[in-house]
Amino acid sequence: MRSGAARAGQYLALLCYLVFLAFPLLWLLSTAFKSPQELGSVDASWLPRHPSLDSFTAAFGQQPLARSALNSVIVASCAAAVSVAIAVPAAYAMARYRSVVGKAATGWILVSQMFPFVLVIIPLFLVLKSFHLIDSLTGLVLVYVVWNLPFALWMLQGYVRAVPASLEEAAAIDGCGRLRTLRSVVLPLLTPGLVATVMFSFVTAWNEFFFALVLLKSPEKQTMSVILTHFIGAEGAADLGPLAAAALMATLPSLLFFALLQRRLVSGVMSGAVKG
Amino acid sequence: MSATATGTGVSPSASTGTPPPRTTAARKRALGLDRDAWFLLLPALLPVLLLSAGPLLYGLSLAFTDAQSGRREVTRFTGLANLSDLRLDSLFWDSFRIGLVWAVSVTALQLLLSLGLALLLDQNLRFRWLARTLALVPWAMPEVVVGVMWRLVYNQDAGILNSTLRDLHLISENVDWLAGISLALPAVIVVGVWAGMPQTTVVLLAGLQNVPLDLHEAAALDGAGLWQRFRSVTWPALKPVVLAITALDFIWNFNSFGLVYVLTGGGPGGATRLPMLFAYEEAFRYGQFGYAAAMGLVMVAVVAVLLTVFLRNRLREDDQ
Repeated sequence: MRSGAARAGQYLALLCYLVFLAFPLLWLLSTAFKSPQELGSVDASWLPRHPSLDSFTAAFGQQPLARSALNSVIVASCAAAVSVAIAVPAAYAMARYRSVVGKAATGWILVSQMFPFVLVIIPLFLVLKSFHLIDSLTGLVLVYVVWNLPFALWMLQGYVRAVPASLEEAAAIDGCGRLRTLRSVVLPLLTPGLVATVMFSFVTAWNEFFFALVLLKSPEKQTMSVILTHFIGAEGAADLGPLAAAALMATLPSLLFFALLQRRLVSGVMSGAVKG
Repeated sequence: MSATATGTGVSPSASTGTPPPRTTAARKRALGLDRDAWFLLLPALLPVLLLSAGPLLYGLSLAFTDAQSGRREVTRFTGLANLSDLRLDSLFWDSFRIGLVWAVSVTALQLLLSLGLALLLDQNLRFRWLARTLALVPWAMPEVVVGVMWRLVYNQDAGILNSTLRDLHLISENVDWLAGISLALPAVIVVGVWAGMPQTTVVLLAGLQNVPLDLHEAAALDGAGLWQRFRSVTWPALKPVVLAITALDFIWNFNSFGLVYVLTGGGPGGATRLPMLFAYEEAFRYGQFGYAAAMGLVMVAVVAVLLTVFLRNRLREDDQ
């Protein structure tokens, strides 16, 4: 028997969480749209009294924001496209052959999570330097491809397993080779999974900070997440309005993709966790 | 947060229990020795080996050298010199201790709050779908943005936290949350929890699907209270998932970087300097590659030991 009080308590708890969740988000939103005079006033108010876009224009004036947005788009798209392109055949092989390599790859995902990035970035820095790929978007794309790969493999493998093997056998009887089967039978069925994996890889690369911070030196090469830190001055002082505006812009694509992807993402993670 | 390619690492062994193959041909297949399979795997395998596994081993080996950035002389093998220097480096151990406090508190709070939230979201509440969706938003945000956002919240003069607390008459003067030696660490811990909760919650929600419903109902019929049902039905089914996500959360948190880098840069006076921030500075501000790699090595080693102890104790409890 469930008492009304318990129910009310549940809703109250949920409400508390949603408030904790929402209040920094709303504050970011509100700060970004405040006018400079309002930002200067000592009494912080929840809503902008005179909403303005001044902070956004100021943000573009203070840092090469447009350029960095373009850099982020380039890096994230290239990284997503390349890592998924090379992950598809491999994921197929892992799903269908159930090989030692497949187990090793999934094991690698776990192991690679354990190492502090500093152990990876120093040698990568040295290697990329000798190929003159420091401060280059190409170098960063390379790093992201490899960094995305295990997860892309893991996701795609699941999607391949969902494709009924009988379809492939039918194609084989009709005289299709394995690669042909992969291209004309498996790939079309894989499209929704591919889209999800591409988007996830894109968002991962878009959000990444540490590698970008170390590998990109000149402002016109930096991605949005790195440029964002320039809005915070040397002594931690910051021009709050432009900082908020830039932060908002830096998170838009991720939030957009997340909105589109949310259901699939959650079910993917859930099935992954449950299978163990 | 390392809300990156992650959450799913919880239990990668998605392999179903196929019996071991008997014939040579079957074994060959199982080992992936088929020529086609190698051909398909190669494009993914090569970059991973070259740019991930390779550098990692190289990175570990750098810990035993005097490698520095931009130096003309040849890097020399110095054996355990870095490690013995590190042993005496009190600044490093300060940051190590801070890292442990941070990782343990964030992980524990994340676990407790996420467990509560997951249990709530598993209930048949109205607007559950909305709450489930909203609960995941921090997951999609770049950690740098999360850091910036909380800087705005914590800001001494224009932050919403101070003005709210003043309105509630809880404080009389504005507090500089991120600049106080004793306040800064708790303040960043709150942000860590905020950023990391979605992932833990999703994984726990998934774990709750393991809980046998009929057992729940049977226990309810037998008159078991909420707490009793949680202990004897929910918890046993959830426990493996809890263990896995706790271990992973701990590792991610101990190795985290971006969030605190943006919030405090490790200050004030090193009060929030996590080991990764220390190692980053050592490597890319002072160019001490070998020394920084040694720090990384110590971090891995200690995390590995702690986790082994943690997991073994937990598993032994299971056996009893």
